[in-house]
Amino acid sequence: MADTTHAHHTSTGQSNVKLGMWMFLGSECLLFGGLISTYLLYRGRVSEGPTPSQIFDIPFTSVSSFVLLMSSLTMVLAVSAAAKKDDRGTNLWLVVTAMLGATFVGGQVYEFTAFYNEGLGFTTSLFGSSFYTLTGFHGVHVTVGIIMLLALVAINKRSKVPGSKAETVEMLGLYWHFVDIIWIIIFTLVYLIPV
Amino acid sequence: MAIIERPAPGTITTPALLPGAAEITPSRTFGALKRPVASTGWKSWVFTVDHKKLGIMYGALAMFFFIVGGIEALLIRLQLAAPDGKVLNADLYNQMFTMHATTMVFLFVMPMASAFANYFIPLQIGARDVAFPRINAFGFWCLLAGGIIINLSWFLGGAADGGWFMYAPNSGPVFSPSHGVDFWALGLQITGIASLTGAINLIVTVLNMRAPGMTLMKVPVFTWMATVVQFLLLFAMPVITVALFLLMFQRVFGAQFFDVAAGADPLLWQHLFWIFGHPEVYILVLPSFGIISEVLPVFSRKPLFGYPFVVFSGAAIGFVGWGVWAHHMFASGLGPVSVAVFSVATMAIAVPTGVKIINWTLTMWGGKLVFTTAMKYAIGLVFLFTVGGLSGVTHSIAPSDTQQTDTYYIVAHFHYVLFGGAILGLFSGMYYWWPKMFGKMLSERLGSWNFWLTVIGMNLTFGPMHILGLQGQPRRMYVWTEARAGEGFFNLAFWNLVATVGSFVLALGVLLFIINVWVTARKKELAPLDPWNARSLEWMTSNPPKEHNFDAIPHVAHLDEFFHRKYEEDTSTHSMKQVATAEKVLEDLERNPDTNIHMPSPSYWPIVLAFSLIPIALGLIYSIPVAIVGGAILLYAMYGWSLEPSVAEESDYEAGHNGHGAHHG
Amino acid sequence: MATDTHIHSESQTGDHAEHGMSTRGYVNIAIILALITALEVATYYVDFGPFFLPSLIIMMVAKFVIVVSYFMHLKFDNKIFSFLFYSGLVLAIGVYVAFLATFHFFIR
Repeated sequence: MADTTHAHHTSTGQSNVKLGMWMFLGSECLLFGGLISTYLLYRGRVSEGPTPSQIFDIPFTSVSSFVLLMSSLTMVLAVSAAAKKDDRGTNLWLVVTAMLGATFVGGQVYEFTAFYNEGLGFTTSLFGSSFYTLTGFHGVHVTVGIIMLLALVAINKRSKVPGSKAETVEMLGLYWHFVDIIWIIIFTLVYLIPV
Repeated sequence: MAIIERPAPGTITTPALLPGAAEITPSRTFGALKRPVASTGWKSWVFTVDHKKLGIMYGALAMFFFIVGGIEALLIRLQLAAPDGKVLNADLYNQMFTMHATTMVFLFVMPMASAFANYFIPLQIGARDVAFPRINAFGFWCLLAGGIIINLSWFLGGAADGGWFMYAPNSGPVFSPSHGVDFWALGLQITGIASLTGAINLIVTVLNMRAPGMTLMKVPVFTWMATVVQFLLLFAMPVITVALFLLMFQRVFGAQFFDVAAGADPLLWQHLFWIFGHPEVYILVLPSFGIISEVLPVFSRKPLFGYPFVVFSGAAIGFVGWGVWAHHMFASGLGPVSVAVFSVATMAIAVPTGVKIINWTLTMWGGKLVFTTAMKYAIGLVFLFTVGGLSGVTHSIAPSDTQQTDTYYIVAHFHYVLFGGAILGLFSGMYYWWPKMFGKMLSERLGSWNFWLTVIGMNLTFGPMHILGLQGQPRRMYVWTEARAGEGFFNLAFWNLVATVGSFVLALGVLLFIINVWVTARKKELAPLDPWNARSLEWMTSNPPKEHNFDAIPHVAHLDEFFHRKYEEDTSTHSMKQVATAEKVLEDLERNPDTNIHMPSPSYWPIVLAFSLIPIALGLIYSIPVAIVGGAILLYAMYGWSLEPSVAEESDYEAGHNGHGAHHG
Repeated sequence: MATDTHIHSESQTGDHAEHGMSTRGYVNIAIILALITALEVATYYVDFGPFFLPSLIIMMVAKFVIVVSYFMHLKFDNKIFSFLFYSGLVLAIGVYVAFLATFHFFIR
């Protein structure tokens, strides 16, 4: 993510990095679409072990969904602060977003551990394999996002060039929101719609 | 004249930031080594971010793998030349056809198309480089890393043996216990990263870095087709990524995705693979369609007939190509409704392809044809791809396909479209663009021999396969016997032998290309600036182009801008008359060079990041701690890269003048 | 580049060209999203009858579009970004729905 001190002329008038990021997110739709479809195909195939309705804890997952949703709000506040060249505000909201994300991931870890203890392993059944793969991919995406958020805070702090990180924060924001909307889909299709 | 500001070799340069800012020294940017700034020698290739050098590297690697894949093919043909062949046993045969296809598709055709795309897209649109030069370099090194991983399997317990489409559960741990499939899957994930990042890079380049005045409908057809290909890659690569992850999770961790006893459906793999696989075949052929759309007009002395139709039909092929994948699965038990739907969709896709054939033919019609080698290859494509397309239409009729599927008739079809289509187009591009890339003309005499031997060899090899297939010879069978060979005109024995002989004629033809390259490299004669009297912007440069491509970015007023600078319409005779030579056009362009051109600087992060994937892949197969070490290098490289500015020398320059190079990446 | 602070109500389309809505505006969007989420979770406790599946799908789509349009700012940005993203999305939905259809997934 090399920084530029100013935008330069492009044929569309839009930033290279922003075009690149939206394209990347478009391609991620194909990635998560494949994982979601695999899950939908296999969700009811429980040769062994618990079924979805036996194992899901909707109240718990609802809370962690809410946490992730709120992290989108804090992310957008970070982007806003960066646009206003408010370094302290940017870093604050980036850290809060990372913490909310970490809470979400922590909730996932807790949830998976509980499921595992209740008999749903990765290799137990098709439901197990596809559930953990889908939510695992999502969780890895969130974790990568958290690492990038914290790395950005670290980079912001050490470099003395003030406030021009707005675009980088905005790009990270796009990634973060995308990860959130994938969860919006997963929460409905995986958890709320019973088999 | 030195118009690029560059430090004297050997000095460290640090960017001058705004007053009061801290200087970034190598230690503070995390790098242990000084940033590479060499402009000559091996370092200037290994650390380059220049799209032209990267294009050449892609091309050289692709040619290497073409030969590897070709040898694999010759071994297959030797095994099948006679009944009860003893050249390859069944296991080795399976590995051979798997690796032949994998090498040709992923390590030859796609990289060769990337070579042309990388080299010529920026030139054709009047840019100085791509949007993200370091990511461009990263893509090349990922290709090399992936190619190494895939082929290491030969030496480490056997190559993948499940066919290039690697159907699960056959490719799962029970039926493919060796590590071959693991190397294959991991290697392809790595090359897939190259494809995806390259796609984003080139699309942004074409959208954002066109010369002033170059609207999308003035963009040369090669760049258009290559851009459609990048969109296909952008959306298709994630699907095979999913399939490969599911397969690897099954093989490594015991996930159940393809375990039929647990309730899995083998069709899952087939769908995921072919949802990628069908767009993939358009990825393979569209660049060649783009190349001949450049070559045919030049050597017909006429503009391309129906430029908008050619462009839109290319986009249409890209789009409709997403709706036909299950035609690879007609015999898999999909059910009549699915089969019918995909059958009709497949017939539909013949239409935009037909539009192109018509436009190419009408381009030549009434033109003053010049039969250079590049032109011969281009015309060869029009004929031979049509043959392949016609057999493709017969496949689209599902009942007919039920007989054809898994026979040599299919092998005939796809080799006609891939060899007769994709590969002939690539060779056309070689002969056409060689003078621009290397400053010398490939020998036309050797080129003619190369062309005819290749085309004759290709037809001798794959023509008989139509017969072999319809007579019932199945694919992927390592041996055939006298008892099954039959008699009369259509007996398998004779035609298998013909095919094998043909494959060696073909190999000889390809060898002549290598010899042509060698002979050309050694000759002294330089090529003129515009040997073919061409039409598009990449010819408005020196031979080879300077590092910054254009001294001054041209303003574009027409499609075929270069042509219009050389020729104007004579209103009395309504013919085009020459008003300037190529040399004069270039001189005019160089008279007012842009000042303050900043080219992106070399970097070692791309190769470090790409090569960190090798221990990760090997570690996942053999030893997790090795993978973790690779992971650490990966994180280190990503962090170092993100802290490195794209330009090594001072980055404090004024905005608002023309001639900006790429700064991001 | 300072952004103005207006009071936004949810009915305003919020046509800020550059860098988006005010903090208040974003909080309002977040509240809407939270309310929709609460309604989604309610389907677990309350019997929606035949409206169960359609309402869940509609709410999911609504949240998706709201986050994309407002938080990701797509509604206010150049159309090219919408084209790039939505082509991927539409392609994914088309291809994967067709894929599931071949497994008779939508036939009960």
